[in-house]
Amino acid sequence: MDAPAPYIHWGFILISLPNFLLICVMVLLFVLALVAPFPSHHPKDSGDD
Amino acid sequence: MTEDSAQAIPEPVGDDATGWTAAVRRRVEKTLPISELLPTTQPSYVGSWVYVFGVVTIAALFWVVLSGVVLAFFGSAWWHVSSLGHFFNSIHFWSVQMFFIFMVLHLWGQYWGAGWRDGRAKTWMVGVVIFAVSVGTAFTGYVVQQNFDSQWIAINAKDAINATGFGGLFNALNFGQMYGLHVMLFPIGVTLLVVLHIIQVRAKGVVRPIDDPMQVAP
Repeated sequence: MDAPAPYIHWGFILISLPNFLLICVMVLLFVLALVAPFPSHHPKDSGDD
Repeated sequence: MTEDSAQAIPEPVGDDATGWTAAVRRRVEKTLPISELLPTTQPSYVGSWVYVFGVVTIAALFWVVLSGVVLAFFGSAWWHVSSLGHFFNSIHFWSVQMFFIFMVLHLWGQYWGAGWRDGRAKTWMVGVVIFAVSVGTAFTGYVVQQNFDSQWIAINAKDAINATGFGGLFNALNFGQMYGLHVMLFPIGVTLLVVLHIIQVRAKGVVRPIDDPMQVAP
């Protein structure tokens, strides 16, 4: 915990690995939220869930 | 018109009623009727995980405030030393992480969904202000941890804030100022703005999807 985090240096982009991983997880979560089926109490179609 | 029923459900304010109370009540009845404030159904397009992000943000804020109240009661000697203090310190820190993560995810959802359409610009702008005040709240929280980390942050931030010319009013090295802002002004501001934001969302409803053929013309 006391050691400095490793950094990713790519051109003008400089970001710590934990921050980079967190942003990746957030992007993944956002994409999943767009495509993942949402539970519904009243299925309008055939009702398979 | 019976007296008993009038006690249960207040009747709409009449056109002949005057005074500021009648004006406020007329405005509230028009902009935020109870059916809009507490709706029992939502449009089908609200059935998406994207709309959960804002709710999770509110849930995180609840835990931030609750754990912050406990920390304020017992002080830094407690949250840095005792096991229970460490626990509440961690609850406070990680619920703040969740608050920001899901606030940003909510922001992404509203940005790419153009959530400001059809008269919702004020809702979007209040959201922007909540984000800005939250950043200030988090910053003041980082500099009042009462450890070497907070000292390092405050010393460096002092130079950055001085470079903006704002240092005379906002001094990161002034613990009393930072602590007061962090436990009073900023969190109260964030909470009130979140309440306003929710009322705005309730008043206007969730915006229709961009490709919805029923979309209201601007």
